Amino acid sequence: MSILLDRDTRVIVQGITGRMARFHTKDMLAYGTNVVGGVVPGKGGETVEGVPVFDTVKQAVEATGADASLVFVPPPFAADSIMEAADAGIRYCVCITDGIPAQDMIRVKRYMYRYPKDKRMVLTGPNCAGTISPGKALLGIMPGHIYLPGNVGIIGRSGTLGYEAAAQLKERGIGVSTSVGIGGDPINGSSFRDILERFEWDEDTEVIAMIGEIGGPQEAEAAEYIRDHISKPVIAYVAGLTAPKGRTMGHAGAIISAFGESASEKVEILSAAGVTVAENPAVIGETIARVMGKAA
Amino acid sequence: MDIHEYQAKEVLSNFGVATPSGALAYSPEQAAYRARELGGDKWIVKAQVHAGGRGKAGGVKLCNSENEIHEACDEMFGRKLVTHQTGPEGKGIYRVYVESAVPIDREIYLGFVLDRSSQRVMIVASSEGGMEIEEISAERPDSIVRSIVEPAVGLQEFQAREVAFNLGLEARLVQQMVRTLQGCYAAFSDLDATMVEINPLVITGDDRVLALDAKMSFDDNALFRHPQISELRDKSQEDPRESRAADRGLSYVGLDGNIGCIVNGAGLAMATMDTIKLAGGEPANFLDIGGGASPERVAKAFRLVLSDKNVQAVLVNIFAGINRCDWVAEGVVQALRELEIDIPVIVRLAGTNVEEGQKILAQSGLPIIRATTLMEAAERAVGAWQNDLSQNTKVRAV
Repeated sequence: MSILLDRDTRVIVQGITGRMARFHTKDMLAYGTNVVGGVVPGKGGETVEGVPVFDTVKQAVEATGADASLVFVPPPFAADSIMEAADAGIRYCVCITDGIPAQDMIRVKRYMYRYPKDKRMVLTGPNCAGTISPGKALLGIMPGHIYLPGNVGIIGRSGTLGYEAAAQLKERGIGVSTSVGIGGDPINGSSFRDILERFEWDEDTEVIAMIGEIGGPQEAEAAEYIRDHISKPVIAYVAGLTAPKGRTMGHAGAIISAFGESASEKVEILSAAGVTVAENPAVIGETIARVMGKAA
Repeated sequence: MDIHEYQAKEVLSNFGVATPSGALAYSPEQAAYRARELGGDKWIVKAQVHAGGRGKAGGVKLCNSENEIHEACDEMFGRKLVTHQTGPEGKGIYRVYVESAVPIDREIYLGFVLDRSSQRVMIVASSEGGMEIEEISAERPDSIVRSIVEPAVGLQEFQAREVAFNLGLEARLVQQMVRTLQGCYAAFSDLDATMVEINPLVITGDDRVLALDAKMSFDDNALFRHPQISELRDKSQEDPRESRAADRGLSYVGLDGNIGCIVNGAGLAMATMDTIKLAGGEPANFLDIGGGASPERVAKAFRLVLSDKNVQAVLVNIFAGINRCDWVAEGVVQALRELEIDIPVIVRLAGTNVEEGQKILAQSGLPIIRATTLMEAAERAVGAWQNDLSQNTKVRAV
């Protein structure tokens, strides 16, 4: 199977009765994602887009055999919902919510450590567009039609910039094995490194594209991991060369506050680790094509 | 969100952190009166602005008499203080803090930050107080003491003791230091701070541990549960365009260039700025209008970007994922009709229903310059801007 999700993955949507969640539930079902239920406390017994709503994640898991969850819950309550998913035995959770307090995320990560590694839920996001394995399943809010099935694994912090990359690939007839949004928050569920590790073992993935941005240590940590552990070619782009220091650029995590967090420093660190860096966002697709040996 | 030094000191002292006695003043007269209330014969007058580096910029003055307080205040009130952190436009001084001067024996640096590597709160301290942490890490990295707090149980006493002893404090001072560290951590975690910085934390001649300066920043995403912190917001310290944008749910950062940017998504917005630079231009702003990009938001975004008088061309870059390009195009056309914009506008649409979107732009009869790729958009924006400048007339191509 692809990393993280597949055609058979049984998905529940937490917060399914909200406007956004309804819309995207419909979209995911249309794409072929196996959405089996939703969870909203106090709304158990209702249905949304033909799928049953439950009061708790445990009930939903028991009734539907769900193993993945998509969180659309508003920021004040989102951390609680992620922990509820972890406790109910959900294997993979994507959190879309933007605006979760950083200390809530610290608590979430601490809470998840109470489970042994083989039973610990994998979380991607928050503040991300989700994960898609083109042609198989979509767990998120991205437009499925801009992705072709194929062999490029994408990891990115930004939603629309990820779309830009996928569209540039599609234009060249290049497809994607899985695209994972790790989100724009300072404290996130999975890092570049965590997902790189999965792509290294993934038979469907030939090359890996990393779309980073200013702020935080995760691109540099990824560089070190790539140098020592990744055998597949890695292409990277880092957004924010023109971003000033000390200012938050939209994403809560996109702020240069320490050495090594600017785009130019990250480019340097990644290049030194053997990563092929796309100099600008307009040539991400072209650079990937070149590395794959396809004519640009 | 940042707060002033005097506010941070008040917050921290509620958590048991000791500070010198001081009082706030809104005028030179009030400052002198406050000094008399405080007593003593040496005071520090400190400009209250949201920026570090005040001392070197003339925003902190030692005064030995009421006269000197008047003089210091006259120089500060109403002026813009320009420090290395404010940018050339500086920050307005509308309040000063008057504090009793204390005899300083030793200066310590103390900071609490969200460490993104360990994804925990980290204490960063150094025996080289008074210098900025960037300087300390460059010049005296060996003096830095770090300690990571386990979120489930909070800062333990032994950790605080370790920090104190590693800073070389004498045994008789350790208990005060422990109380200071625990107070800072409690304030940090109870109030959803993202940064607490005490620089310097001083040991006085009479063995007291006092926060001589204090800075706090709070997590904007957590302000909903701290109304008492939200009240401390001082809009006079913010870029008016940025606070207006924030009030309208848009994410905006003003920059120095001439090409205004309207983009959906933070990553794509940064990438657009980078491409403009690559094409030989300078972006005037960062602006993320969010994934939705509804016609109302596009119109709001135009108003905001055009409120910057340096803007001489506007580049709209929308990747329509869930929404459709035809809908975004309608929004752009509507905004342009309403606003009667007389500078070049370049629109690049991509994603769902892109052909229909292009058609709407073309048929609108408006002088919109269209582009299909990111690079083309940036090149056309820079080209149109340069043309506009050199001919000093409006060059338009449909």
